[in-house]
This record gives sequence, structure tokens and C-alpha cells, in this order.
Amino acid sequence: MRLFLAQSLWSDFQKSFIDKDRWLMYLDGLKMTLLLALVGTIVGIILGLLVALIKYSYSTRKKNKPWLSLLNWVANLYTTVIRGTPVVVQLLILFSLSFMPNGVVASFIGFGVNSGAYVAEVFRSGINSIDVGQMEAGRSLGLSSRATMRYIILPQAIKNILPALFNEFIALVKETSVAGYIAVNDLTKVADRIKGITFVNLPLYIVALMYLCIVYLLTLIQKRIEVRYSRSDRN
Amino acid sequence: MIEIKQLCKSYGELRVLNHISEGIERGEKVAVIGPSGSGKSTFLRCLNLLEKPDSGEIWFNGKEITATDIDTDSVRQHMGMVFQHFNLFPHLTIRQNITLAPVKLKKQSQSAADEQATQLLTRIGLIDKADTYPNMLSGGQKQRVAIVRALAMNPEVMLFDEPTSALDPEMIGEVLDLIRDVADSGMTMVIVTHEMKFAREVASRVLFMDEGEIKEQNDPANLFDAPKNKRLQDFLSKVL
Ligand SMILES: Nc1ncnc2c1ncn2[C@@H]1O[C@H](COP(=O)(O)OP(=O)(O)O)[C@@H](O)[C@H]1O
Ligand SMILES: [Mg+2]
Repeated sequence: MRLFLAQSLWSDFQKSFIDKDRWLMYLDGLKMTLLLALVGTIVGIILGLLVALIKYSYSTRKKNKPWLSLLNWVANLYTTVIRGTPVVVQLLILFSLSFMPNGVVASFIGFGVNSGAYVAEVFRSGINSIDVGQMEAGRSLGLSSRATMRYIILPQAIKNILPALFNEFIALVKETSVAGYIAVNDLTKVADRIKGITFVNLPLYIVALMYLCIVYLLTLIQKRIEVRYSRSDRN
Repeated sequence: MIEIKQLCKSYGELRVLNHISEGIERGEKVAVIGPSGSGKSTFLRCLNLLEKPDSGEIWFNGKEITATDIDTDSVRQHMGMVFQHFNLFPHLTIRQNITLAPVKLKKQSQSAADEQATQLLTRIGLIDKADTYPNMLSGGQKQRVAIVRALAMNPEVMLFDEPTSALDPEMIGEVLDLIRDVADSGMTMVIVTHEMKFAREVASRVLFMDEGEIKEQNDPANLFDAPKNKRLQDFLSKVL
């Protein structure tokens, strides 16, 4: 009985991993998943920083110029809509646009835009964690608010921001598993396709294990970085 | 050098500055005293526009700096400010704290700014701390660095907001000594303080603020020894 189980497991494994060099498909899927997470995080950081700076400038001025009010309104609309709708729906909508060349590009944009709405909050709370006296000291020396932000606030805030950004990357590794909805061959989609070809369920377990290993590895790296940062913490 | 006309500032319902008019001449050392919450900090912070007045005008060197088209950054480059809580930049070394603004604002090259920082730190006896970070300094040392950081911009006036209030008693002396030194160099100064002895000794004029108004002002001898305003008499009887 036990032998039979082992044999059938081996045969499933052969079908879903070894036959026709299928393991190469997993590798491609993994590459796609990591690429989506990486591009998503980078686009998210750019958008998130932009949104956070807009909201910060808006909140610190007593009287605001009309263009800043408009930008702030757009930023709020952006975060509200993105956080209030499922990422799959956002991807499907993007993919449906006539000018969208393919699912991969739509995913780059989609996950980036989605992540930006969350990263904005990461930056906002990172910036707010810095004592207002720092901004006042910079401004009282005659530095502009932009220069003070760049040379004084952000370098300090980054210590809180960096670990949270790494979290966002780890989250994206898992979240991008819905990219298959718009015909992207990420790790999950690959497993689903192999399952369809071979009629065995093992591919799902294989990718689950792969996700687990990657996330575990990334978490280890993150801990390393945090330790190094807290050691060099001069505050 | 500074003209303040009918300056008003409220936080919500609370009127913190009530039609303040005052002039400060070049070279004057003006001490501002008064009970807590009387608007001293707000007054000081309006002078370099860290707070925006609701109404009234402030003129600095013949220019109205409360005008809407004014470049506040360039105004502040001529006004140094020292805070109660030092506000050194913790991620920068002591030397970088001092050179950041002059270099980024293109007032000095990095090497000239470094040279000036060396001079300033030597003057306050902290040259051996130049390449350490602020957390390595005592409160008194931090405040002295904050003072020379402001001086490094070569300001025309220095604003001090209770520079010794956050310090342990044994460190107050070294900071007051430095401020006295700056005063003796001819700097125009406005200093909010609770150190009455120091105000009497260093100030050329003392303003008593209460309920958002300057209730009395005089040279230190007359203000401290012959106060006329009832509130000032009460205040002095409590603090002296
Ligand atoms: N940012 C602020 N928002 C609301 N109220 C404030 C703010 N800053 C100061 N106040 C209030 O204004 C009054 C005057 O404050 P301040 O100028 O700091 O007084 P002082 O320096 O004389 O102690 C106080 O009652 C204080 O609570
Ligand atoms: Mg105060």
C-alpha cells in the first residue's frame, strides 16, 4: 500500500516536473513572478513617493495654491479607488483597454499602480514619524521645503520605510499570482496549465512549496537588513 | 532693522498675538519674558515666518517680508534660529550639521564650509567631536552646536526660543556663556528666556509679554527694579 502511494507520487512527479522538461516551465513562471513583483514594487515606489509628497505638501501649508489642491484631490481619489477595488478587477480593466499591448505590460502597470496606493501610506507614515522640529530647523536655516525633505527628512525616514517596502515586495510575490487572469504565465498560471495537461494536482503543491521557499528566503534577507540598519542607527 | 506693525495671530478662537507693534534696531539684544502661553514663541516664530501671521506686517531691512510675493527661504537665510530642543540633524555628523545649509544653498564651497565649521567648533571647544553624531553629545553641547550651526549662515539677527529650558541645570552656564559671546560680537538678538539674571545682564531692552500683548518694555534695570504693570509685578515676584 505504502509502496503504491510512493509509486503513484513518483509517477505524478514525473508527469508534472520531469517529462518534456516541464521544470523549465516552472523556472520561466518563477522568473515572471519575480519580474512582476520587482517592477510592481519599483513603479509603486515612484508613484507612492509622489503621492506621499503631494499629500505632505498639501497638509503642511496653511493656504494652498489651486494646482496643489487639485493634485491632492487626484492623489486622494487614486488611493481611495485603488484600495477600494480588487486588484484582479483593476488588471482586467487595464487589459481590456484597446491600446494595451499584452498582459505583461498591463500587469506591470496594474501591480505598480496598485502597490503605489499602499506604498504612499508607507512613505506618509515614515515621513510623519520624523519630529516636526527637523523640518523647522531645516527651514529656519533657509533651506526650501524640498531641500529639507531631501537632505534631512527622507534620509531619516528611510530607516522606517525600507523594511516596509521590502514587505511590499514580499506581498507582491504572492499577490501577482492573479496575473494568470490576464494571460500572463506567472508561476501560478504555469502550475494551472501543467495541471490541465497532465491531469494531476501535484503542480499546485509544487508551486506552493516554491512560493513558500521564496517568501521564507526574502524574510530572512529582510531580517538581515534590519539588523544591519539598527546596528548603524545613530539616533 | 525689524519693524513689526499690528501683528495678529490666532489659533482657532484663541488670540495668541494681539496687535503687536515693535521695532528692533541693528545691534540690539532684546529679551522677551512673560508667563507660559503668553505668545512669546509665536511672536518669535512669526519673525522668521515659521508661523504665518493672520494680519499685520513685518519689515526686515526695509522689505515687507509678510508680502505674498516674498521668497521666505532667502529671508530666513539672514535670520538664525535656536530652538528649545536643539533640533540637530541626528543622521549627520556635527560638522555636516554645520555645513549642510551653507553648502546646499551655495553660500560656500564644501571646503570653505568645512574650514568655517572647524573654526566654529574650535571656538566652542568641540572640535574633537566634529566627526561624531549628535547622540554622542550632552544637552549643553548639542545646544552650542545648534547655535554655531545657525551662525554658520552668517545671519544678521539671531532668534533664541528658550535655549536653556530643556537643559540640566549644570549645562545652562556653558550655553549662556556662548550666547553672551555672540552678543558681545555685536549680533542683533531676540531671545525668549526664563533666565532673568541673564536677561538683566545681556539684554539692552526687555519686553514683557502677557495675553498676546507687550504689556511693558524698558531697559533691564528699570523693568526689573521698577515694574509698573501689575501683571509684570506679579510675574516678577513669582520668578525672582
Ligand atoms: N500650533 C498651535 N496650535 C494651536 N495652539 C497653539 C499652537 N501653538 C501655540 N498654541 C497656543 O498658543 C498660545 C501661545 O503659545 P506660545 O507662543 O508657545 O507661548 P509661550 O511661548 O509664551 O509659552 C498657547 O496657549 C498655546 O497653547
Ligand atoms: Mg514658548
